[in-house]
Amino acid sequence: MSDSRVLPAIQAEVLPLPGRWSGLRSGNLPVLPIAILGILILTAIFADVLAPSDPEVGTLTDRFKPPAWIEGGSRAHLLGTDHVGRDVLSRLIFGARVSIVVGFLAVIVAGAIGTTLGILSGYLGGWVDQVIMRLTDTWLALPALTFAIFLAAVVGPSVMNIVIILSAVYWTRYARVIRGEVLSLRERDFVRLAVVAGCSKWTIMRRHILPNVLNSSIVLATLMLGVVIVTEASLSFLGVGVPPPKPAWGLMLADGKKGLMAGYWWLTVLPGLCIVLMVLSANLLGDWLRVKLDPQLRQL
Amino acid sequence: MRRFILRRMGYAALSLLLLSLTIFLFVRLTGDPTVLLVEPGAAKGDVEAMRARLGLDRSLIVQYGSFMAGLARGDLGQSFYYRTPVVELYLSRLPNSLLLALVAMSFSLLIGIPSGILASVRVNTWWDSAGKLFALLGLSLPSFWTGLLLILFFSVYLGWLPSSGSGTPLHLLMPAFALGWYFAAAHMRLTRSSMLEVLGSEYVKLARLKGLPEALVIAKHAFKNALIPVLTLAGINLVIMVNVAVVVETVFAWPGVGRLLYEGIAFRDFPVVQATVLLGGMMIVVVNLMIDVLYAVIDPRIRYER
Repeated sequence: MSDSRVLPAIQAEVLPLPGRWSGLRSGNLPVLPIAILGILILTAIFADVLAPSDPEVGTLTDRFKPPAWIEGGSRAHLLGTDHVGRDVLSRLIFGARVSIVVGFLAVIVAGAIGTTLGILSGYLGGWVDQVIMRLTDTWLALPALTFAIFLAAVVGPSVMNIVIILSAVYWTRYARVIRGEVLSLRERDFVRLAVVAGCSKWTIMRRHILPNVLNSSIVLATLMLGVVIVTEASLSFLGVGVPPPKPAWGLMLADGKKGLMAGYWWLTVLPGLCIVLMVLSANLLGDWLRVKLDPQLRQL
Repeated sequence: MRRFILRRMGYAALSLLLLSLTIFLFVRLTGDPTVLLVEPGAAKGDVEAMRARLGLDRSLIVQYGSFMAGLARGDLGQSFYYRTPVVELYLSRLPNSLLLALVAMSFSLLIGIPSGILASVRVNTWWDSAGKLFALLGLSLPSFWTGLLLILFFSVYLGWLPSSGSGTPLHLLMPAFALGWYFAAAHMRLTRSSMLEVLGSEYVKLARLKGLPEALVIAKHAFKNALIPVLTLAGINLVIMVNVAVVVETVFAWPGVGRLLYEGIAFRDFPVVQATVLLGGMMIVVVNLMIDVLYAVIDPRIRYER
């Protein structure tokens, strides 16, 4: 810094946290979770091409056909058929689309709401903080699943409604964490200097605070992805989520219950396996990102 | 301390108010609540009569007032399906839910605490990795899928356990495991991190320097102190268990509060859904308050905070 300058230039400063993004390139990348998520995303995009048959229409004469490698199975239905003769493989493929669209949209919308309210609450303080935080605390007290079921019962089932419901339920998680981060950020020198330099509150929040809490939001979003997908599956399983005959993994599990006692295992094992693969990958990726990007969050 | 407790009670009261307001407003603002509150397929005249009886022509504030007055009297409406007051229905199911939650909780503590201690004492060994895997699976497997797999294996293939219903201790095993695994994972993680923190503290170092045998250091000095946060979490989790058991209770047809909520959805019995959610939320607010007050009584540091 040259001596002639009294104040350092007020630039949007992004704190050089140890191991910030550069760490992403270094070794021990969680290859498997990324690969699984990648495959699932590609499956969701190219579902129309990949699926061998229509996921929503079945032939009743082909009910409960087992997977191809078991006696009684056929090549036409590699992973068997369900209680109305629909192809399980095709339904799983299209189910990936539902899970991914709902999961990602809900996580992003909830993240946007939660991060915005968290920043407003933490930076503005006062009554804004009181109002937002009391609401956050109350909504956090409601068990997420029960709250989601209640909202779903009120607004009725559809894919878009599920996204809205999940966002409404999960934004509070972001708001709590982000507010805490903002409280410590606002005491940092670069924010104080920005105040001295005459930046407006909005500019400070947008240019100086937001870039510094984005990491935490991304980590939370990744960790939340698994939770959101399980909640969506639970809602669909209970009949208040994705409406039938749309192929969703949770819905497939609910249908699979009809063949459970007869031992039609593929209707229960396969959709659940898809959910678990996705959730496990998201959780592993989230844990890894948390350690890499945000040392402060490790204790969470 | 009295000021702390009073303030904490004020917050709880505010939370309860916001909770009821949330539930009330969501029902009123997302459409015509008479559609939800009248039996499906009711005649037009009945819908009109219901609307008049509910006073939906009045202003929102007046409506909220009467909703709260009902709540204060313990009146949350009648179930369409069972034709009984919803609150009675809820209370009749609660013991079953608590029983399931208690068994699931004991299971989660019996597994979670010892494995958490083991993982903390043997950091970065095979034990630690096995514990991490167990926790990761517990946090990632949806409880209803675990339940379905258990039924498939133990009821359908082996024929050892009843697939659903209630009555005998055998009926409890599978639902309690399906419900408890997630919490076992959470308790294990907390025990591990809490133990690691305590093991690094000065008084544990002192105990070791005194020459106490390692087993005594861990059992008496470390474990006892590390247990406090775990038991607090367990207390909150017990209430949460009652409320998130919906899917597990549905899978196993366990007649608890969660099953009641599911029936409420399936029969389009809206008063039941509304009451279950509201009472569940209230239970959690009250338990949180109780734990905070208890902590303030036990630990003087908390009283003077803030």
